[in-house]
Parts: sequence; structure tokens; C-alpha cells
Amino acid sequence: MVHIFRLYDEIIALDVNSGMVHLLDDVSLSIILIFCGKSPLLLEEGQSVTLKLHRDLNDSLLEDTITKVYTFLKGKRQLDEEESSANDMKQLLEDIEDTINGIVELINQGKLFSEDCFSQYAGKMKEKETIKALCLHVAHLCNLNCDYCFAAKGKFEDDNYLKNATADEIAFHEANKKAPLMSIEVGRAALDFLVANSGSHYNLEVDFFGGEPLLNWNVVKEIVSYGRSLEKKYKKRFRFTLTTNGVALDDEKIEYLNKEMSNVVLSLDGRKEVHDKFRTFLDGKGSYDMIVSRFQKLVEERKHDPTKTYYIRGTFTKENLEFVEDVLHMHELGFNELSMEPVVSSDDSNYAISESDLPKLYDEYERLGRELISKRKSGDNFSFYHFILNLEKGPCIYKRISGCGSGTEYFAVTPWGDLYPCHQFVGQEKFKMGNVFDGIKAQNIRKDFAASNLYTKEECMDCWARFYCSGGCAANAYHSTGDINGIYDIGCKLFRKRIECAMAVEVKRMLEAEGENQ
Amino acid sequence: MNRIKTLQNLVNSLCGVANQPCE
Repeated sequence: MVHIFRLYDEIIALDVNSGMVHLLDDVSLSIILIFCGKSPLLLEEGQSVTLKLHRDLNDSLLEDTITKVYTFLKGKRQLDEEESSANDMKQLLEDIEDTINGIVELINQGKLFSEDCFSQYAGKMKEKETIKALCLHVAHLCNLNCDYCFAAKGKFEDDNYLKNATADEIAFHEANKKAPLMSIEVGRAALDFLVANSGSHYNLEVDFFGGEPLLNWNVVKEIVSYGRSLEKKYKKRFRFTLTTNGVALDDEKIEYLNKEMSNVVLSLDGRKEVHDKFRTFLDGKGSYDMIVSRFQKLVEERKHDPTKTYYIRGTFTKENLEFVEDVLHMHELGFNELSMEPVVSSDDSNYAISESDLPKLYDEYERLGRELISKRKSGDNFSFYHFILNLEKGPCIYKRISGCGSGTEYFAVTPWGDLYPCHQFVGQEKFKMGNVFDGIKAQNIRKDFAASNLYTKEECMDCWARFYCSGGCAANAYHSTGDINGIYDIGCKLFRKRIECAMAVEVKRMLEAEGENQ
Repeated sequence: MNRIKTLQNLVNSLCGVANQPCE
């Protein structure tokens, strides 16, 4: 399968199964289309076509292709009233023949229309039963009251949680009331559980999450200190990260976060009026004015250590589909590592992204790519998380076909130590898997997540972007279809658009670098 | 002139997920 699209004046072909990326023009595009039994056509900006090759490339087809491409392009030149000398047309014929040879060679080398030979390896990454990452919910409390919060304002149970509640759900509610803040005992047990089950993994990840993790600040510091004490003993490296709304940030916390956290995620939705619409205090007042200067201070002081990263992470909703304005605003505030994501919510909320919003969002992603290309040229560079795409040193195929690792190598831990497949399953008691003191008890849930991979999702088999999303997010799939092997359709469509834009931005960067080196 | 230009082959590799580099 080959996906061809035209964006930012480049015609780009992705060979889906090899990951090889090729640059086309009207000659090579026409040849590939005819090889696949299609009529030659010219792709307009933003258009795409996905092709499969079902025919033998015999001499007859190759001769036929030369004739058809030559006729098509000659006709196009006449239509465009381009003057073409006999020499020009001779050159065109030679180019068509050379390009056919080049394309046939790429096919023979497994770089174009290559086969998918990966399904037999789909379970390999999950056979190990080792763990490498935990999301610690150190607080099921929050000092903000954001309406769109997927974690029900930090508590992971909304106002309807106890209606028709099961015994397990009532137990979750009681635990939430009794212990909304993680104790150091639970924190230490979580790290012990991680180390004991990490096998040969060297890099271990611990994310402080909530709720608002800064509301349990002393425990955060004690857990980090305990983790550092384990590193030498067990020959492991902890990569601590933290997500915060910024309200409780002060100079002491900024200094500590910049010293100990490999990455910090700072929640900001962009323009003041957009941010303050959802990210409010209990009294309804917005938080923008309080947090921006603190984030600027944290980021300014963090720049001195190139090993430390940050993301300014925003959420866009139906209320600000023109989210590129918010990305650019955040860049104007001095932030260069930006992430802006569609809201996660039930379909019936009045701010949920719907099918009718997609054309506008596609335009926005394309616009964002143009902004990135333009600003890079002027030296005013910034990075957008979902456009980060390394075409030379990206993840291996095992990672791409097995997904994020939720429920197998990545778990979320509640303040009282219960384990869930990831932070988006916390509070849904059918997904409770055990606790950090006794380990994984619900092996059936682990097996379900281990068995879920790219090849268990039929819809993915015809999708050109499958090795970039790895079958998508299990939580999003479950919340939209009731099945972790389901497909969140709107998420898929947005993802495909993001990958097209990301790839085109990266191709432009590669071509610019090549031009500078010549 | 050949008018197709190749710009990491996943088969050879036999740390969405694509944002994360190999470590």
C-alpha cells in the first residue's frame, strides 16, 4: 500500500509497510497511478490517494505505461499552452523511461508497494510481562474546576457516579473520600512494584498526575528521593515527569521541578479568553493571569539544561476550532514546545468535537504546518508535539504494532495504590487490576490488553497511517465504542491529517537542509 | 532523469507512538 498526498507544493508518497518516503512529480505520479490500474491525474493541494498494486509489471504493461504517460503529459502541456520543442518532448520520453526503471527498482528493493510481513510479531513486545512506566495519581483533588476535565475535575468520579453504582464503585467513592492524597507508603510501594517487575528495563518512567499533583508536594519530593535511592542499587534510571495547572507553582517548586523532572507538562489553552472559558477556579474566575508568568519563569530557567524538556499543553474544543491562533499566542508568550489536543469528552457534551468540525480542523492543521515552515525559515522556530516525526530514527516495528503499552507495561496508580490499565480507566471498576502491595490480580484484564494490537483491529488493515498510531488509544476506543479493540473514528481522521501535515513539514525540512548542503 | 526521489526501513528493525524516537 502506498499513500500519496500533495501538501505545501510537494507530492509525497509513503510506502506504508517499509516507512520509506519518496518525493514525486507529475511524471512519477502518473506512472504509479497507471501501474495500479488508475487513470493519470494531477493532485491538487491537500488531495490524496491511497493505492495498492495488484498487477504484474510485465513488458506489455511497461510499454503501455510509457504511451499513456507521454500522451497525458503532452496533452497537459498543450492545455497549459506551454511551448515544447521536439527536444523537450524527447527529454520527456527519456524521463518517463528512466522513472519507470527507477520505480520498478524501488518495488524490487521492498521500498515501494512492499508487503506487510509483521503480523506474526504483533505479540512480541507484550510477551515479556515486564513493567516500565507508572502514572502516579498523587492527588485526586484539584484547585481548578475545569468543565471539560476527563478526570471529572480531578476526582475521577462525576456527579452521576453513584447512580446505580456497583459495590466496587461505592468502594472507589469511599476510598476517594478517605484518601484523596497519596501517602509516601503507597508511593514507595509503587516504585518497589515497578522495580521488581521491570525485568531488564533500564529506563523507568514515573509521571506525577492527578488531580493536581502539586497539592501533594511533599510526597512528590519524597517519592523522587526514594526513586533516586533505588537507581544505583538496582542499576535503573528513573525518568520523573509531572503535569500541572500551574496554580500552586512558586519559586521553590520551579527550582525543584527543573532539577528533578525530565519533562514537565504545563496546562495552558492559549488565548486568555479561550483559557479562561474552561480553566476556572471554583468561583468561576479564570486562571490565565495567575499562571502565565509562572510558566514563563519555569521555562526560562529550564532552558539552561538541554536534557530537560517541557510541553505547554493545551486542549481545544468546539469553542475554539481555530486553535492555531492559540498555538501562535502561546509561542508569542515565549514558549517553543507546544502541544494542543482535541478535548476528550462524551459525544453529547456541547463542546465535543463532531464530524462536522473536521473540515475546519483539517484546514487548521494545514495552516499550522505552513506556520511552522515559515517560522523555521525566519529563525523563529517552535515545535508542535503531534508534528514530531523522525523519518530516520523513529520507533522500531515492534513498538509500532504493539501500541502504547497500557495494561501491560504501563499502569496508573490511585492515591490508595490500586492499579488500572492507564489514567483514563481510573474509576471504571471493571478495569481495576490489583494494587501496588499485592501486584496484578486481574490477569484476565492484562491478557485482554496484551492480546490487543494493530492486527486485532480490522479497520486498521486498510489504513495507511497504522504504523504511526499503532491502532490508537485503548481508552478512547473503549469510551467511544465500548471495546478496547474498537475504533474512535473522529480520532482516526484527525490523526491521519496530522501525520500528513507532520510528514510534509519534515520533508520540507529535509529538502531545505539538502539545499543548504549543496 | 529518474523523477522519483527517496528521502529507515521498518523491515530492518525486525523507548500515537510515532512521536517517540528509538532509545
